[in-house]
Amino acid sequence: MSDSPGSPGSNDSNATHAPVINAILTVGPSFRRWAAALAAVIVWAGIAWTWQLYHGLGATHLGRPIYWGLYITNFVFFIGVSHAGTLISAILRIVQAEWRRPITRMAEVITVLVLFFGVGNVLLDLGRPDRALNVLLHPHLRSPLLWDVSSITVYLTASSIYLFIPLIPDIARMRDLTTGWRHKLYSRLSLGWTGTPQQWHRLERAIGFMAILVIPIAVSVHTVVSWVFAMTIQPMWHSTIFGPYFVVGAIFSGIAAIITAMVIVRKVYGLERYLTEEHFNNLGLLLLVMACLWFYFTFAEYLTTWYGHEPRELAVFNSKISGPFAPFFWTMFICCFVVPFTILANPHTRTIKGTLIASIFVNIGMWLERFTIVVPSLSNPRAPVMTFGYWPSWVEWSLMAGCFAAFALLYMGFTKLFPIVSLWELEPVPEAHAPAAAPTLQPAEAS
Amino acid sequence: MARWGLVIDLDRCTGCQACVVACKHENNLPFSTPETADVGRMMTWIGLVNAELPGRPGPSALPLMCQQCDRPPCTDVCPTSATYLNPEGIVAQIYPRCIGCRYCTNACPYAVKIFNWTTPEWPESMAEMHNPDVSQRPKGVVEKCTFCHHRLITAREKARAAGRDLAPEDYVPACVQICPAEAMVFGDLSDPHSDVAALAGGPRAFRWMEELGTQPKVIYLREGE
Repeated sequence: MSDSPGSPGSNDSNATHAPVINAILTVGPSFRRWAAALAAVIVWAGIAWTWQLYHGLGATHLGRPIYWGLYITNFVFFIGVSHAGTLISAILRIVQAEWRRPITRMAEVITVLVLFFGVGNVLLDLGRPDRALNVLLHPHLRSPLLWDVSSITVYLTASSIYLFIPLIPDIARMRDLTTGWRHKLYSRLSLGWTGTPQQWHRLERAIGFMAILVIPIAVSVHTVVSWVFAMTIQPMWHSTIFGPYFVVGAIFSGIAAIITAMVIVRKVYGLERYLTEEHFNNLGLLLLVMACLWFYFTFAEYLTTWYGHEPRELAVFNSKISGPFAPFFWTMFICCFVVPFTILANPHTRTIKGTLIASIFVNIGMWLERFTIVVPSLSNPRAPVMTFGYWPSWVEWSLMAGCFAAFALLYMGFTKLFPIVSLWELEPVPEAHAPAAAPTLQPAEAS
Repeated sequence: MARWGLVIDLDRCTGCQACVVACKHENNLPFSTPETADVGRMMTWIGLVNAELPGRPGPSALPLMCQQCDRPPCTDVCPTSATYLNPEGIVAQIYPRCIGCRYCTNACPYAVKIFNWTTPEWPESMAEMHNPDVSQRPKGVVEKCTFCHHRLITAREKARAAGRDLAPEDYVPACVQICPAEAMVFGDLSDPHSDVAALAGGPRAFRWMEELGTQPKVIYLREGE
C-alpha cells in the first residue's frame, strides 16, 4: 500500500476522512440512547407480532371486502423507497454526475435494508406465514404475486452485490486501521483486497456492469408490484399506466428518503464537508422533476377515470375526491405536489432545510398515495356486498412502527460498521498503481 | 365430464334466506353475530345482496355465492395454485396449501371468497352438530362455496356401490335442496336434456357481470317477465 499523500489508506488520507472513520469506531451516548429507544419500539412490535401470530389476522381490523390494508400499503411503500439507492446511484454513476460520489453509499444502504421490510410486510400480511414456502413448493406462474417474489429476490440480490462491491476498498482500509474483532471481520469481507491495478480494474468493471444491470431490475420490481393491482379487474386498480406510475412514485419517494437520511447523517456525524449545499440543491432539483412527473401521472390517471364515467370506477374515484377517503387523498396531493413544488421551485427555499421539509412531506404523501390506492378500491367492490370503514388496529400500527424503527436501527448499525461515505471514490487513484502500458485500466471515474 | 351449474329464478326467490342457513350448517361455517357482520367478518358462502339489474325499477334481492366461473379471476392470481378450476368446472380450494395472502379474495369481482380471520368458533349448543363430511377450516385460509362438492363425492360412491351411473337427483347442493320456493335448479350444463341446460338457454337467463368475461356457471332468471 503506497503512502504517497492522498492515496487511499494512507495516513494523510485517513486523517482527512477522520469524521467518517471516527463515526465508525466510536459509539457515543446519544447513539446508545437512540438505539435503546428504537429497540424498545422493536420489542413492542415483537409483542404485537406474537399477538397476531397467536390470534391470526383477526388481530387486524381487516374484513370483507377490505382484505388488504396497512401491511400491503407498507409493502408498496417500502419497495418504493428501495428505489432510492440503487437506481439513483446507478443512474448518476452512468451519466458520470461526479457530485454523486459522497451520497451513493447512503442511498444504496437504504435500498438493501428497506427491501427486507417490503418483503417482511407481505409476510406479516399472510394468514399462514408458516406456509410461505408454498410459493416455492407449488409456484403458480400466472400469479403476479409470484412475479413479485421473483423480481424482488433478484433485486435484493443485485442491490446487495451493488452495495458490497464498492465497499471492498473501504473495508480494506478499515481492515488496515483496526485490530481485534473488527480486523477479523474486515479481513474476511475485504476478500483479500490490496489495491493492485488488476483489482482496481476488476472493481471498476464489476461496478460498471452492476450499475447497468440494476436499472432494468429496479424498474421491473416496481412495475411488477403495480401489476399485483393492475392485473385484477378491480375498479381503479385495472390501469395500464400503473407500471410507470408506480416506478415514478418509487423514485420520487426514494429521493425523498435519501435526502432525509442525508440530512440526519450529516448532522449527527458532522459531515458538512462531504454533503454540501450543492448536493441538496441537485437532489432538490431531481425531487422537483419527480414531483412534476408524479403530478402528471396522477392527473392523467384521475382525469381519464373521471371523464370515462364508468360507474364502478367513478364510485372509487368519488370516494377519494369527495368521499370518506378525501382527507387522505387531498393530504396526499398537498404533500406530494403543493408543498414540494412550492419549496423546490424557488432557489431561495431550495436549501438544506427546505429540501428536508419537502422530502418529509413527500415521504408522508407517498405513503398516503399507497394507502389511497389499496384501500378505496377494496372499499367499493363491484358486487354490492356489505362493506365497513377500515381503520388499522393497534397491532397493525405497532408493526408499522416496528418496521420503521428496525430500519432506522439497522441503518445506524451500518454506520458503525462501514464508512457511510464511499471514501475511495473521493480520492485520486494512486498513480503508481496505474499500469503505464494500459491506461484504460485505470478506474475511469476515480479522477 | 359434467359441467355443474346452478340456475336461480329471481321470480320465485322470496328472499327467505333458508339457503343461507342450510349452507352454514352443511358446510360447518362458524356462527356469526351482528357484531362480526359490522366489522366485515361474517362467515357465509351464500348471502342476499341488493343488486341493480337492468330493466328493474329498484334493486333486486340476489342470492350471491361463488359464481363458479369458467374463467375465474381468482385462480389466475393465486401464487400457490391453492385455488383452481377442477375438471368439472367447480372452483376448488386446497385449504392446506393456501398461504392466506387474500389475493384471490381481492381479484374476485363478486367478493364471494371469504377469509378465516380467526379460528372458527361455535356456541356450545352447536359445537357437536358439525357435518362430518366437510373439513373444518383453520384460521388464515380462504374458503368459498364448493357447490357442496362433498355431496358429489358421496353420491358418486353410492352410485358406484349400486353399480349404476350418477343420476341427476343424486347430487344437489344444500341450498338447492332446502329452497322452499323451488327457485334453485342444479345440474349438469353439458347435458342438453338437463333442466339447468334448458333454463340456462332460456330467454330469461342471464349471468351476472358476464361482461367481465368471467363466464359464470351460476345463471339467474330475470324477474317480471
